[in-house]
Amino acid sequence: MKIAIASGKGGTGKTTLATNLAHLLSQKFPVVLADLDVEEPNSGFFIKGEKIQEKKVFRMIPEWDQDKCVLCGNCQRVCKFNAVIKLGEEILVFNQLCHGCYACSELCPQNALPMTSYEVGKITEFRQNDLHFLEGRLNVGEEQAVPVIKETINFAEKKFAPGILRIFDAPPGTSCPVIEATKDVDYIILITEPTPFGLYDLKLAVEVMRELKKDFGIVINRHGIGNNDVIRYCKDERIPLIGKIPNMKTAAETYAKGGLLSETIPEIRNALEKIIDNLRTLEVLS
Amino acid sequence: MKIAFTTKGTDWDSPIDPRFGRTDYILMYDEDKDVLTAIDNTDISEVAHGAGPRTAQKLFEQKPDVLITGNGPGGNAARALQQGNIKIVTGAGTMTAKQAYDAYKDGKLKSRK
Repeated sequence: MKIAIASGKGGTGKTTLATNLAHLLSQKFPVVLADLDVEEPNSGFFIKGEKIQEKKVFRMIPEWDQDKCVLCGNCQRVCKFNAVIKLGEEILVFNQLCHGCYACSELCPQNALPMTSYEVGKITEFRQNDLHFLEGRLNVGEEQAVPVIKETINFAEKKFAPGILRIFDAPPGTSCPVIEATKDVDYIILITEPTPFGLYDLKLAVEVMRELKKDFGIVINRHGIGNNDVIRYCKDERIPLIGKIPNMKTAAETYAKGGLLSETIPEIRNALEKIIDNLRTLEVLS
Repeated sequence: MKIAFTTKGTDWDSPIDPRFGRTDYILMYDEDKDVLTAIDNTDISEVAHGAGPRTAQKLFEQKPDVLITGNGPGGNAARALQQGNIKIVTGAGTMTAKQAYDAYKDGKLKSRK
Protein backbone atom coordinates (compact mmCIF):
# COMPACT_ATOMS: atom_id res chain seq x y z
CA MET A 1 0.00 0.00 0.00
CA LYS A 2 1.22 3.47 -0.94
CA ILE A 3 -0.21 6.66 0.55
CA ALA A 4 0.83 10.16 -0.53
CA ILE A 5 0.25 13.21 1.61
CA ALA A 6 -0.25 16.24 -0.58
CA SER A 7 -1.87 19.68 -0.47
CA GLY A 8 -2.55 22.50 -2.82
CA LYS A 9 -1.28 25.18 -0.50
CA GLY A 10 2.18 24.97 1.02
CA GLY A 11 2.67 25.00 4.77
CA THR A 12 -0.60 23.27 5.64
CA GLY A 13 1.01 20.31 7.43
CA LYS A 14 2.09 17.69 4.88
CA THR A 15 5.33 17.00 6.70
CA THR A 16 3.69 17.19 10.12
CA LEU A 17 1.10 14.59 9.13
CA ALA A 18 3.53 12.40 7.15
CA THR A 19 6.19 12.20 9.87
CA ASN A 20 3.77 11.79 12.79
CA LEU A 21 1.61 9.25 10.98
CA ALA A 22 4.63 7.25 9.82
CA HIS A 23 6.17 7.32 13.28
CA LEU A 24 2.95 6.28 15.00
CA LEU A 25 2.26 3.46 12.53
CA SER A 26 5.85 2.21 12.74
CA GLN A 27 5.15 1.33 16.37
CA LYS A 28 2.65 -1.23 15.05
CA PHE A 29 4.37 -2.47 11.85
CA PRO A 30 7.27 -1.55 9.54
CA VAL A 31 6.77 1.65 7.53
CA VAL A 32 8.72 3.41 4.77
CA LEU A 33 8.49 7.21 4.79
CA ALA A 34 9.83 8.95 1.68
CA ASP A 35 10.29 12.72 1.61
CA LEU A 36 9.52 13.61 -2.01
CA ASP A 37 9.47 17.37 -1.45
CA VAL A 38 12.97 17.29 -2.90
CA GLU A 39 13.29 21.04 -3.39
CA GLU A 40 13.00 21.59 0.35
CA PRO A 41 12.94 18.24 2.16
CA ASN A 42 12.21 18.73 5.84
CA SER A 43 10.85 15.40 7.15
CA GLY A 44 14.43 14.82 8.29
CA PHE A 45 14.04 17.54 10.94
CA PHE A 46 11.57 15.28 12.74
CA ILE A 47 12.76 11.77 11.94
CA LYS A 48 16.19 11.04 13.30
CA GLY A 49 17.78 7.69 12.72
CA GLU A 50 20.84 5.75 11.76
CA LYS A 51 22.14 6.63 8.31
CA ILE A 52 22.17 3.50 6.16
CA GLN A 53 23.34 4.79 2.79
CA GLU A 54 23.50 7.66 0.35
CA LYS A 55 22.98 7.43 -3.40
CA LYS A 56 23.59 10.11 -6.00
CA VAL A 57 20.89 10.88 -8.56
CA PHE A 58 21.88 11.58 -12.13
CA ARG A 59 20.01 12.61 -15.20
CA MET A 60 21.00 12.50 -18.84
CA ILE A 61 21.60 15.60 -20.94
CA PRO A 62 23.14 16.04 -24.40
CA GLU A 63 26.68 17.36 -24.75
CA TRP A 64 27.74 19.02 -27.98
CA ASP A 65 30.64 17.51 -29.88
CA GLN A 66 31.84 20.41 -31.99
CA ASP A 67 34.18 18.30 -34.15
CA LYS A 68 31.39 16.01 -35.35
CA CYS A 69 28.72 18.68 -35.80
CA VAL A 70 27.85 19.90 -39.31
CA LEU A 71 25.46 22.60 -37.98
CA CYS A 72 22.37 21.18 -39.73
CA GLY A 73 20.15 22.53 -36.93
CA ASN A 74 18.08 19.36 -36.66
CA CYS A 75 18.58 19.28 -32.88
CA GLN A 76 16.93 22.63 -32.31
CA ARG A 77 14.04 21.76 -34.63
CA VAL A 78 13.17 18.62 -32.65
CA CYS A 79 13.57 20.15 -29.15
CA LYS A 80 10.17 21.10 -27.77
CA PHE A 81 11.74 22.86 -24.80
CA ASN A 82 14.16 25.18 -26.62
CA ALA A 83 16.91 23.55 -24.59
CA VAL A 84 19.16 23.15 -27.65
CA ILE A 85 19.66 26.13 -29.93
CA LYS A 86 21.95 26.87 -32.79
CA LEU A 87 23.56 30.28 -32.67
CA GLY A 88 25.69 30.89 -35.71
CA GLU A 89 28.33 28.21 -35.61
CA GLU A 90 27.66 27.13 -32.05
CA ILE A 91 25.14 24.73 -30.50
CA LEU A 92 24.12 25.74 -26.99
CA VAL A 93 22.57 23.25 -24.56
CA PHE A 94 20.56 24.63 -21.63
CA ASN A 95 20.68 21.94 -18.94
CA GLN A 96 17.87 23.45 -16.87
CA LEU A 97 15.50 23.44 -19.82
CA CYS A 98 16.38 19.93 -20.99
CA HIS A 99 13.82 17.24 -20.14
CA GLY A 100 16.16 14.40 -21.14
CA CYS A 101 13.95 13.09 -23.97
CA TYR A 102 16.96 12.10 -26.13
CA ALA A 103 15.30 13.45 -29.32
CA CYS A 104 18.18 15.75 -30.30
CA SER A 105 20.73 13.07 -29.51
CA GLU A 106 19.00 10.17 -31.27
CA LEU A 107 18.05 12.21 -34.34
CA CYS A 108 21.44 13.85 -34.85
CA PRO A 109 22.78 12.50 -38.15
CA GLN A 110 26.37 13.03 -36.96
CA ASN A 111 26.05 11.66 -33.41
CA ALA A 112 27.29 15.04 -32.30
CA LEU A 113 25.04 15.25 -29.22
CA PRO A 114 25.84 12.19 -27.11
CA MET A 115 23.91 11.97 -23.84
CA THR A 116 26.02 12.28 -20.73
CA SER A 117 25.08 11.86 -17.10
CA TYR A 118 24.94 14.80 -14.78
CA GLU A 119 24.43 14.81 -11.00
CA VAL A 120 21.23 16.53 -9.88
CA GLY A 121 20.60 15.32 -6.35
CA LYS A 122 20.85 12.52 -3.83
CA ILE A 123 18.81 10.03 -1.83
CA THR A 124 19.69 9.28 1.78
CA GLU A 125 18.32 6.30 3.65
CA PHE A 126 17.89 6.33 7.43
CA ARG A 127 16.47 3.80 9.83
CA GLN A 128 14.83 4.35 13.21
CA ASN A 129 13.58 0.99 14.53
CA ASP A 130 10.77 -0.07 12.18
CA LEU A 131 10.66 3.28 10.42
CA HIS A 132 12.66 3.41 7.19
CA PHE A 133 13.13 7.00 6.09
CA LEU A 134 14.23 8.08 2.61
CA GLU A 135 15.07 11.64 1.81
CA GLY A 136 15.22 12.86 -1.80
CA ARG A 137 17.18 16.09 -2.15
CA LEU A 138 17.64 18.19 -5.28
CA ASN A 139 20.99 19.95 -5.63
CA VAL A 140 20.97 23.71 -5.09
CA GLY A 141 20.60 25.51 -8.42
CA GLU A 142 18.81 22.65 -10.15
CA GLU A 143 15.34 23.45 -11.45
CA GLN A 144 13.84 20.06 -12.23
CA ALA A 145 12.55 18.13 -9.25
CA VAL A 146 10.90 15.27 -11.14
CA PRO A 147 14.00 13.12 -11.85
CA VAL A 148 14.94 13.09 -8.14
CA ILE A 149 11.34 12.31 -7.10
CA LYS A 150 11.19 9.48 -9.63
CA GLU A 151 14.47 7.99 -8.40
CA THR A 152 13.44 8.24 -4.75
CA ILE A 153 10.19 6.38 -5.51
CA ASN A 154 12.15 3.73 -7.47
CA PHE A 155 14.50 3.34 -4.53
CA ALA A 156 11.53 2.84 -2.16
CA GLU A 157 10.04 0.29 -4.58
CA LYS A 158 13.17 -1.78 -5.03
CA LYS A 159 14.67 -1.69 -1.59
CA PHE A 160 11.67 -2.79 0.47
CA ALA A 161 9.26 -5.74 0.35
CA PRO A 162 6.13 -5.09 -1.74
CA GLY A 163 3.76 -5.49 1.23
CA ILE A 164 5.34 -2.78 3.39
CA LEU A 165 3.38 0.47 3.85
CA ARG A 166 4.92 3.40 2.01
CA ILE A 167 4.06 6.97 2.96
CA PHE A 168 5.12 9.77 0.61
CA ASP A 169 5.53 13.33 1.81
CA ALA A 170 4.66 15.05 -1.48
CA PRO A 171 5.68 18.51 -2.69
CA PRO A 172 3.10 21.34 -2.54
CA GLY A 173 1.24 22.78 -5.52
CA THR A 174 -0.41 21.10 -8.47
CA SER A 175 2.35 20.86 -11.07
CA CYS A 176 4.68 18.11 -12.37
CA PRO A 177 6.42 17.30 -9.05
CA VAL A 178 3.06 16.60 -7.35
CA ILE A 179 1.87 14.49 -10.28
CA GLU A 180 5.07 12.44 -10.15
CA ALA A 181 4.73 11.93 -6.38
CA THR A 182 1.07 10.89 -6.50
CA LYS A 183 0.39 9.20 -9.85
CA ASP A 184 1.27 5.66 -8.73
CA VAL A 185 -0.02 5.65 -5.16
CA ASP A 186 -3.15 3.88 -3.90
CA TYR A 187 -4.49 6.70 -1.79
CA ILE A 188 -3.88 10.40 -1.30
CA ILE A 189 -4.49 12.43 1.82
CA LEU A 190 -4.95 16.11 1.00
CA ILE A 191 -4.18 18.23 4.02
CA THR A 192 -5.47 21.77 4.27
CA GLU A 193 -6.08 24.54 6.75
CA PRO A 194 -9.65 25.79 7.26
CA THR A 195 -9.08 29.24 5.74
CA PRO A 196 -10.11 30.81 2.41
CA PHE A 197 -6.53 30.38 1.11
CA GLY A 198 -6.47 26.76 2.22
CA LEU A 199 -9.81 26.02 0.58
CA TYR A 200 -8.92 27.78 -2.66
CA ASP A 201 -5.76 25.72 -3.15
CA LEU A 202 -7.47 22.56 -1.87
CA LYS A 203 -9.99 22.84 -4.70
CA LEU A 204 -7.12 22.96 -7.22
CA ALA A 205 -5.57 19.85 -5.64
CA VAL A 206 -8.94 18.07 -5.73
CA GLU A 207 -9.23 18.86 -9.44
CA VAL A 208 -5.82 17.29 -10.03
CA MET A 209 -6.71 14.14 -8.07
CA ARG A 210 -9.95 13.76 -9.98
CA GLU A 211 -8.09 14.20 -13.27
CA LEU A 212 -5.67 11.47 -12.16
CA LYS A 213 -8.69 9.35 -11.10
CA LYS A 214 -7.26 8.90 -7.62
CA ASP A 215 -8.92 7.84 -4.41
CA PHE A 216 -8.41 10.58 -1.83
CA GLY A 217 -9.60 12.04 1.46
CA ILE A 218 -9.10 15.30 3.30
CA VAL A 219 -7.53 16.16 6.65
CA ILE A 220 -8.00 19.59 8.21
CA ASN A 221 -4.98 20.85 10.09
CA ARG A 222 -5.13 23.65 12.66
CA HIS A 223 -8.81 22.89 13.10
CA GLY A 224 -10.40 25.72 15.07
CA ILE A 225 -9.01 28.66 13.09
CA GLY A 226 -10.73 30.15 10.04
CA ASN A 227 -14.24 28.97 9.20
CA ASN A 228 -16.33 25.88 8.37
CA ASP A 229 -16.16 26.23 4.59
CA VAL A 230 -13.79 23.27 4.14
CA ILE A 231 -16.14 20.99 6.08
CA ARG A 232 -19.07 22.21 3.98
CA TYR A 233 -17.04 21.72 0.80
CA CYS A 234 -16.20 18.10 1.72
CA LYS A 235 -19.90 17.41 2.35
CA ASP A 236 -21.04 19.06 -0.91
CA GLU A 237 -18.39 17.29 -2.95
CA ARG A 238 -18.83 13.97 -1.08
CA ILE A 239 -15.14 13.78 -0.23
CA PRO A 240 -14.34 11.83 2.95
CA LEU A 241 -13.13 14.14 5.70
CA ILE A 242 -10.84 11.70 7.46
CA GLY A 243 -9.42 13.84 10.21
CA LYS A 244 -9.15 17.13 12.05
CA ILE A 245 -5.92 18.05 13.79
CA PRO A 246 -6.60 20.70 16.42
CA ASN A 247 -4.89 24.09 16.36
CA MET A 248 -2.64 24.24 19.40
CA LYS A 249 0.16 26.55 20.46
CA THR A 250 2.04 23.59 21.94
CA ALA A 251 2.01 21.98 18.48
CA ALA A 252 3.75 25.01 16.98
CA GLU A 253 6.29 25.02 19.83
CA THR A 254 7.04 21.32 19.47
CA TYR A 255 7.26 21.56 15.68
CA ALA A 256 9.66 24.50 15.89
CA LYS A 257 12.00 22.36 18.00
CA GLY A 258 11.84 19.47 15.54
CA GLY A 259 9.71 17.33 17.85
CA LEU A 260 7.00 14.81 16.99
CA LEU A 261 3.56 15.96 18.10
CA SER A 262 2.20 12.44 18.54
CA GLU A 263 4.78 11.83 21.27
CA THR A 264 3.93 14.69 23.58
CA ILE A 265 0.49 16.09 22.75
CA PRO A 266 -2.36 13.67 23.61
CA GLU A 267 -5.01 15.67 21.66
CA ILE A 268 -2.94 15.38 18.49
CA ARG A 269 -2.18 11.74 19.09
CA ASN A 270 -5.94 11.13 19.40
CA ALA A 271 -6.57 13.00 16.14
CA LEU A 272 -3.94 10.85 14.42
CA GLU A 273 -5.41 7.64 15.84
CA LYS A 274 -8.78 8.73 14.47
CA ILE A 275 -7.22 9.26 11.02
CA ILE A 276 -5.75 5.75 11.23
CA ASP A 277 -9.19 4.34 12.18
CA ASN A 278 -10.80 6.14 9.26
CA LEU A 279 -8.12 4.86 6.87
CA ARG A 280 -8.91 1.34 8.12
CA THR A 281 -12.65 1.87 7.58
CA LEU A 282 -11.87 3.05 4.05
CA GLU A 283 -9.71 -0.08 3.67
CA VAL A 284 -6.65 2.04 2.90
CA LEU A 285 -4.91 0.48 5.91
CA SER A 286 -5.42 -3.12 7.01
CA MET B 1 25.23 50.43 -35.82
CA LYS B 2 22.19 48.16 -35.47
CA ILE B 3 20.05 48.62 -32.39
CA ALA B 4 17.32 46.21 -31.27
CA PHE B 5 14.42 47.06 -28.94
CA THR B 6 11.93 44.75 -27.24
CA THR B 7 8.57 46.41 -27.91
CA LYS B 8 4.83 45.97 -27.71
CA GLY B 9 4.29 47.47 -31.19
CA THR B 10 5.91 48.06 -34.57
CA ASP B 11 6.84 51.77 -34.64
CA TRP B 12 8.89 54.40 -32.76
CA ASP B 13 5.94 55.25 -30.49
CA SER B 14 5.51 51.68 -29.30
CA PRO B 15 6.11 51.10 -25.60
CA ILE B 16 9.17 49.05 -24.69
CA ASP B 17 8.21 45.53 -23.58
CA PRO B 18 10.09 45.15 -20.29
CA ARG B 19 10.29 41.38 -20.82
CA PHE B 20 12.94 39.95 -23.08
CA GLY B 21 11.96 36.35 -23.86
CA ARG B 22 8.26 37.04 -24.14
CA THR B 23 8.41 40.38 -25.92
CA ASP B 24 5.74 40.83 -28.60
CA TYR B 25 8.07 42.44 -31.15
CA ILE B 26 11.72 43.10 -31.77
CA LEU B 27 12.21 46.50 -33.35
CA MET B 28 15.44 46.85 -35.36
CA TYR B 29 16.91 50.24 -36.12
CA ASP B 30 19.76 50.42 -38.61
CA GLU B 31 21.40 53.78 -37.86
CA ASP B 32 23.53 53.83 -41.00
CA LYS B 33 20.59 53.30 -43.35
CA ASP B 34 18.07 55.03 -41.03
CA VAL B 35 15.65 52.12 -41.46
CA LEU B 36 13.28 50.79 -38.79
CA THR B 37 11.92 47.22 -39.13
CA ALA B 38 9.69 45.18 -36.82
CA ILE B 39 10.09 41.47 -36.25
CA ASP B 40 6.98 39.68 -35.01
CA ASN B 41 7.60 37.56 -31.93
CA THR B 42 3.95 37.16 -30.83
CA ASP B 43 4.04 33.40 -31.51
CA ILE B 44 6.17 33.15 -28.34
CA SER B 45 2.93 33.01 -26.32
CA GLU B 46 2.52 29.44 -27.65
CA VAL B 47 5.92 28.46 -26.26
CA ALA B 48 5.73 26.93 -22.79
CA HIS B 49 9.44 26.41 -22.15
CA GLY B 50 12.60 28.22 -23.14
CA ALA B 51 11.17 31.51 -24.42
CA GLY B 52 14.45 33.24 -23.52
CA PRO B 53 16.80 31.16 -25.71
CA ARG B 54 14.22 31.11 -28.50
CA THR B 55 13.90 34.91 -28.64
CA ALA B 56 17.67 35.25 -28.22
CA GLN B 57 18.11 33.14 -31.31
CA LYS B 58 15.67 35.27 -33.29
CA LEU B 59 17.56 38.36 -32.18
CA PHE B 60 20.93 36.77 -32.96
CA GLU B 61 19.90 36.27 -36.59
CA GLN B 62 19.39 40.05 -36.91
CA LYS B 63 23.00 40.60 -35.83
CA PRO B 64 22.38 43.71 -33.73
CA ASP B 65 25.20 45.49 -31.90
CA VAL B 66 23.00 46.64 -29.03
CA LEU B 67 19.81 45.41 -27.36
CA ILE B 68 17.67 47.95 -25.49
CA THR B 69 15.11 46.37 -23.15
CA GLY B 70 13.43 46.74 -19.76
CA ASN B 71 14.25 44.23 -17.07
CA GLY B 72 17.00 42.54 -18.98
CA PRO B 73 17.16 38.92 -20.14
CA GLY B 74 17.22 36.00 -17.71
CA GLY B 75 20.12 33.61 -17.31
CA ASN B 76 19.43 31.35 -20.28
CA ALA B 77 18.86 34.19 -22.74
CA ALA B 78 21.83 36.15 -21.40
CA ARG B 79 24.07 33.17 -22.08
CA ALA B 80 22.83 33.03 -25.66
CA LEU B 81 23.24 36.78 -26.18
CA GLN B 82 26.78 36.68 -24.83
CA GLN B 83 27.56 34.22 -27.60
CA GLY B 84 26.48 36.85 -30.13
CA ASN B 85 28.49 39.68 -28.55
CA ILE B 86 25.35 41.75 -28.18
CA LYS B 87 25.60 44.65 -25.76
CA ILE B 88 22.63 44.59 -23.36
CA VAL B 89 21.11 47.88 -22.23
CA THR B 90 18.36 47.81 -19.59
CA GLY B 91 16.04 50.16 -17.71
CA ALA B 92 13.87 51.32 -20.62
CA GLY B 93 10.79 49.43 -19.40
CA THR B 94 8.54 52.49 -19.06
CA MET B 95 9.63 54.34 -22.24
CA THR B 96 8.60 54.27 -25.88
CA ALA B 97 11.15 52.99 -28.39
CA LYS B 98 11.94 56.58 -29.42
CA GLN B 99 12.42 57.74 -25.83
CA ALA B 100 14.57 54.70 -25.15
CA TYR B 101 16.73 55.43 -28.19
CA ASP B 102 17.23 59.05 -27.11
CA ALA B 103 17.95 58.02 -23.53
CA TYR B 104 20.52 55.51 -24.78
CA LYS B 105 22.20 58.13 -26.95
CA ASP B 106 22.32 60.49 -23.95
CA GLY B 107 23.97 57.73 -21.91
CA LYS B 108 21.03 57.55 -19.49
CA LEU B 109 20.48 53.78 -19.66
CA LYS B 110 22.43 51.08 -17.89
CA SER B 111 24.67 48.71 -19.81
CA ARG B 112 25.07 45.18 -18.69
CA LYS B 113 28.21 43.29 -19.53
